[in-house]
Amino acid sequence: MGRKLLLEHANVPGIETYEVYRKHGGYRSVEKALKTMSPQNVVEEVQASGLRGRGGAGFPTGMKWSFLAKPEGVPRYLLCNADESEPGTFKDRYLMEKLPHLLIEGMIVSSYALGANQSYIYIRGEYMFVLEIVEKAIAEAYANGWLGKNILGSGYDLDLAIAPGGGAYICGEETALIESLEGKRGNPRIKPPFPAVKGLWGCPTVVNNVESIAAVVPIVNDGGAEYAKIGIGKSTGTKLISACGNINKPGVYEIELGLSVEEFIYSEEWCGGIANGKKLKALVPGGSSVPILPANLICKTAEGNHRLMTYESLADGGFASGSMLGSGGFIVFDEDQCIVRNTWNFARFYSHESCGQCSPCREGTGWMEKVLRRIEYGQGHMRDIDLLADINKKIEGNTICPLGDAAAWPVAAAIRHFREEFEWHITNPDEAQKRNFGIASAHMPLV
Amino acid sequence: MSTVLENEKPQFSPEAMAEVQRVIKLFPEGRQKSALLRILHIAEEQFGGWLSVPTMNYVAEILNIQPIEVYEVATFYTMFNIEKPGNVVLEVCRTGPCMLVGSDNIIDHIERKLNIKVGETTADGMFTLKTAECLGACGYGPMLQCGKDYHEYLTPEKVDELLDTLRKEHSTSSNS
Repeated sequence: MGRKLLLEHANVPGIETYEVYRKHGGYRSVEKALKTMSPQNVVEEVQASGLRGRGGAGFPTGMKWSFLAKPEGVPRYLLCNADESEPGTFKDRYLMEKLPHLLIEGMIVSSYALGANQSYIYIRGEYMFVLEIVEKAIAEAYANGWLGKNILGSGYDLDLAIAPGGGAYICGEETALIESLEGKRGNPRIKPPFPAVKGLWGCPTVVNNVESIAAVVPIVNDGGAEYAKIGIGKSTGTKLISACGNINKPGVYEIELGLSVEEFIYSEEWCGGIANGKKLKALVPGGSSVPILPANLICKTAEGNHRLMTYESLADGGFASGSMLGSGGFIVFDEDQCIVRNTWNFARFYSHESCGQCSPCREGTGWMEKVLRRIEYGQGHMRDIDLLADINKKIEGNTICPLGDAAAWPVAAAIRHFREEFEWHITNPDEAQKRNFGIASAHMPLV
Repeated sequence: MSTVLENEKPQFSPEAMAEVQRVIKLFPEGRQKSALLRILHIAEEQFGGWLSVPTMNYVAEILNIQPIEVYEVATFYTMFNIEKPGNVVLEVCRTGPCMLVGSDNIIDHIERKLNIKVGETTADGMFTLKTAECLGACGYGPMLQCGKDYHEYLTPEKVDELLDTLRKEHSTSSNS
């Protein structure tokens, strides 16, 4: 049984209310930080913890904080990215629904560390029911003196508010999030300047994922060094994994980084194995944007080492035979699933979500979607497979934000590992049209 | 709930207006435009589930911004309807993880049950069927969103029950 730093009390009845949360040790980190630590001390603890951004990029949180510009007389802002939209990811929603005060506690300590007196939580518009839970918790925190003027008599002031999006995946990109929070379309900004210098309303801004901010609470409570003891190498601490797809026990799990992928998939404690007694076919370990892995590269790396749930091990082999931990959106495919259909599905997602600002992404994602659809529905040509690779190369690296890369990588990986399925769709157009499940179920009689 | 006709000037109820004013105050002086998305959500709820041109102009007036600034936001974000939908909007998630657990079957089932295709509204104006991209319920699929509510672990039987319940709720509310 792994240690639980975030979800330890997630199933305590009433934990979403202030009283119960406080009774279980809530807001201790605020007392500790405001009474015994300087803001710089808090930043140092987060640096010592080795915490890496939990939204997907895995950039060290303490380092991101250290980049924040601090010009005299200019307000600084901390924004929490709760625009969770990466297909396969639903951990932030779980955390906010169950433990809204944990997020608020993390926001207070983190805002203190950064010297922000006004912070915002930007939540995706579809999570309006979660917004209501968090907003109620914010009101409780104000009523009990954890937010507002002169918190705990320390002289530190903080206002915290929550703002909804309107249904746009792109707003999870930090500069698009800032644009959206300014009441505009979510078009990502050209960097530099980075938000740490010019962010919300032109002021220095830090944007952190929900889970990263929540992790600051145990880091301050127990010290960064204690947090860094969990995990392996540069993958420290615990991580929330959103497990979904064809498994027996889908849900949100907090794991210690370093758990083996095999144990995570097959142990009763976690995913509980593949549903309906089927075999494992493929895995997308970190949300739809990361490369898909075929069965032979899931539990073991290409070199034959055990694959672990860490940033490094999941990326072992690079794009040739590895993937990424990403946001922890762990999507499991059983033997009946069609890779072509799934690749088309994801391509359609990115085409739908492209903001339209950069031509390579706007045109390229739509083009890939069309080509993949015609392959899936038995209208493809052999040359389409190379065409997809070509479009990919023209998107990758040629856009303002990483959405273009995120759209290109899954397609490239699917072709790399499952080329024969694409070819089967092209050489068996009649079959492909009649079946939802492609080559995977080609041995089954048609119904 | 009231519906705004093209030439009618909309007006928030006193409660909704109080909420609008509260939301504006969450942002510093002069940054009231930041409240726009939240206010558009409130406006949809107040004015029949969509944003007509007069509604958007009204919001622009409240925020002291140009109407075009409201139009560009309303048309960018997929949650905002700029055409009047049915009384009940069903949005079925169809992205990868939901597809793996059968969202295609749920969409087929609703299409047959209501005799409409995705994107259409039933003849009686009761239901609009839409699809949505990942709604963050990947472990609990198939699922659909209706208003603020998520309906998860769907089966054809559960969909039938849900449609019946929604039909009853919404025919009583429009009669009252």
